[in-house]
Amino acid sequence: MADRKLILPDPRRRRLITGLGAIGATAALTGCDSLSRNEQVQGFLDNTQWLTRYAQRLVASREALAREFDESMIADTFRANGTTNPENDDYQQMAANNFADYRLKVNGLVDRPAEFSLEQLKAMPSRTQITRHDCVEGWSCIGQWTGAVLGPVLDQVRPKDKARFVVFHCADNTYGGPVKYYESIDMVTAHHPQTLLAYGLNGSDLPVANGAPIRLRAERQLGYKMAKYVVGLELVEDFADIQGGMGGYWEDRGYEWWAGI
Amino acid sequence: MNNSTPDSSQAAGEREDAVVKRHGWATRAWHWLNAICLLVLLMSGLQIFNAHPALYWGDTSHFDSPLLAMGAFRGPDGEPQGAVRVLGHQFTTTGVFGLSDLDGEPTQRGFPSWATLPSSQWLGMGRNWHFTTAWIFAPSLLAYLLYTLISRRRRRMIFPTGTQLKTLPATIWHHMRFRFDHERDYNGLQKLTYILVLFGILPLVILTGLTMSPTMNAAWPWLLDLFGGRQSARTIHFLCAFALLAFFVVHILLVLVSGVFNNLRSMITGGYRIKQTPTHTEHRTRG
Repeated sequence: MADRKLILPDPRRRRLITGLGAIGATAALTGCDSLSRNEQVQGFLDNTQWLTRYAQRLVASREALAREFDESMIADTFRANGTTNPENDDYQQMAANNFADYRLKVNGLVDRPAEFSLEQLKAMPSRTQITRHDCVEGWSCIGQWTGAVLGPVLDQVRPKDKARFVVFHCADNTYGGPVKYYESIDMVTAHHPQTLLAYGLNGSDLPVANGAPIRLRAERQLGYKMAKYVVGLELVEDFADIQGGMGGYWEDRGYEWWAGI
Repeated sequence: MNNSTPDSSQAAGEREDAVVKRHGWATRAWHWLNAICLLVLLMSGLQIFNAHPALYWGDTSHFDSPLLAMGAFRGPDGEPQGAVRVLGHQFTTTGVFGLSDLDGEPTQRGFPSWATLPSSQWLGMGRNWHFTTAWIFAPSLLAYLLYTLISRRRRRMIFPTGTQLKTLPATIWHHMRFRFDHERDYNGLQKLTYILVLFGILPLVILTGLTMSPTMNAAWPWLLDLFGGRQSARTIHFLCAFALLAFFVVHILLVLVSGVFNNLRSMITGGYRIKQTPTHTEHRTRG
């Protein structure tokens, strides 16, 4: 009987609880929009990606491969998005000459900076893989990629011990805007056996729409990591001084650096 | 305690009532944490869906033959219309799906702005909300499921007795006529529903979510085999979200019709008013 007072019907209390519920729900809905614009909230939400990276690195070994598919699974047309034809003159001239003048510059924290022509890259240890490309938007597309395995390319330039990231500099001004696309991956991703500097798609040279002459394949990451029109690799200790400082074109615009999910 | 005949008056009924402690602190805390998490996960999930408002089956996206797609097109009068195409059938859904107002302007988007977090198109922020909330939701679900399996009290609360299973058709019949028993225990139908949600849909929504992660595909490739590919997993994830939404709607409806104050109190302070056992059968048959 100690709880007797609780069972007395009290319309005011009922109205209070119902009212509070309604106010709470409305506040939550409108509040989340203003929370989304609060920089501290943004920073906190963005930082949970490092927990995700830590957890995923814990369960995925360095060597664990992305699934590879049968030839019959290859899409008729590999969907291209982002920039599909860089409009700047430098790129157009290079493309007009079938990329004979293309040079991949590799520099930064390395003992032996180097430049590689397309022919030199094609002569390096290569890999062909039929993999699924997952766009951050949610769609997937399967294609067959051929390219130089990134690990051996890096071995040639001898990264210094303090090099922690590979930054990919690109030839395209994204969506015709003022800045060039760029991306970055860490050394674990860089040395993954399926991480390629891809020059071939479905048995042909990589088309312009898909990033000719070289695009990155990092099969355990989302599509925006896999920079197209790559013209330079820079090894760095951190990427705070590059463009927006977040390690990539989309990262500078609020997307996570860790694109494993 | 009283000398009037049962059922003769409301007062008599009240004297037979007692308030018991129905939900422990862990259940109450988990319930409200979960309610907030699921709301944020649903709305941020719809924001993510809007980045590519179509669903497919299998490993990859067959862009020409989606299971479901939302979009906008020009109608016969030249005005833009919103539409949903499901399994080849097209429905006009202007104002809700495919085309809805955003800041007063008709805008092409899957779900309308009132259903998404953030309300405008902002995939990066939607993902950050979604994954941060998932980090709260998934570990707390795991802890709660383990607690439910380990605690004898929780097992008794969730798993139906033989009698409850045998009388299940009667329980369903009672529910269909909006007659509800107020007992300390959940009835058989409630128990089966909670088992389906706790051990079925909630784990499924987490596993299909993980299956969409390319790194998790490399770590646990069996996920892809289990769900028939990444795009199938995405579709199942979406269906699970709407199964949970349906559960939520029925849950709220039943809370409203079976005594909103008593139910709410049991999930806030734990106190729940029940009909006492000795007169239990009489009340069960009372209209």
